[in-house]
Amino acid sequence: MNLTSLIVPAVIAGVLIYGVCTKTDVFTEFTAGVREGLHTVYDIFPSLFCLVVTVGAFRASGASEVITGILTPALGAIGFPPECGTLLILRPFSGSGSIAIFEQILTDFGPDSFPGRVASVILGSSETTFYTLSVYFASVKSKKTRYALAAALIGDITCALVSAAAVNLMLDQ
Amino acid sequence: MMKWVMTGLTVLSLVFAICTGRVNELSAAFLEECGNAVTLAITLTGIIALWSGVMRVAQSSGLTRKIAAAAAPVLSRLFGGLDRNGKAMQYITLNITANILGLGNASTPFGIAAMKAIEEEEHSSTPEYASDNMILLAVMNTASLQLIPTTAAALRLAHGSADPMEILPCVWAASVCALTAALLAAGLLRQRRKGRLR
Repeated sequence: MNLTSLIVPAVIAGVLIYGVCTKTDVFTEFTAGVREGLHTVYDIFPSLFCLVVTVGAFRASGASEVITGILTPALGAIGFPPECGTLLILRPFSGSGSIAIFEQILTDFGPDSFPGRVASVILGSSETTFYTLSVYFASVKSKKTRYALAAALIGDITCALVSAAAVNLMLDQ
Repeated sequence: MMKWVMTGLTVLSLVFAICTGRVNELSAAFLEECGNAVTLAITLTGIIALWSGVMRVAQSSGLTRKIAAAAAPVLSRLFGGLDRNGKAMQYITLNITANILGLGNASTPFGIAAMKAIEEEEHSSTPEYASDNMILLAVMNTASLQLIPTTAAALRLAHGSADPMEILPCVWAASVCALTAALLAAGLLRQRRKGRLR
């Protein structure tokens, strides 16, 4: 048994047990949450659809091979899988777009390959930086965001480098 | 911004397909990807539905409020000058809790509420400039604080990974390093800008 496999069922069970103990109508609340979840998917589907289709077309056109070919030497030199180059570039701009790219990487190389693992770690440990900043600052009057973008991008670059290094050290001996 | 990504990618695809003689493949890809998009949405629907349900139970049972109280000592140190028991602080904690639980879609509403509450509480004399606390919260949300990368793991499972969760330690290492780097950068840039303003 893998200890990390325990986390998901334990979190779910823990929340439910806490709910029952505090006399919450766990089932009604859970289903209400699921309904909200369906609305979320309904809201994100149009942009997800557009991006999956355009990103899929982009890959079919052979463009990504050309771009990856240009990126290969530079990325390979620092131990970063060049196959994840497109993901690296798209990640800060589009959540659904990077999921589409991630799907392609898993299909092409397999989830347990080196690029598949690095892509998984990048997707799991980063956010859609530009989207997040625009949504957060759209909610307040401040239009001058000062050093916010610079700090966020420094975090993104660190994330990509550490992802490749961690997979090298921990998974791909 | 997304209109440029979409148009740019489509035009580039057409140009590259003509150059590499792959117009037939491109045409087929458009039709094929429509089906893929629907399949992907169905996979995501299940995951999002599950975590939205869990989050809702945690919220109405008061668990999230408990977590907010527990996190207050750490968070009030990070977010200087905010009232420890104020509205802004509570929303910040809920936002971060939702992030940790991996509920990206639940965390955004809390985050927006927190930004507005910070604005209200600080009542800055120069409202057109984002305050340090606003920037801190937004930057924290551009780094992933997520404990379990559900989307990545679910897609790994769907693609037949032998161990979808094997990436956990790597994800934690990358998240912690990215967050630390972003916060350090924010701290340094804050000092530098302050010097320049004087």
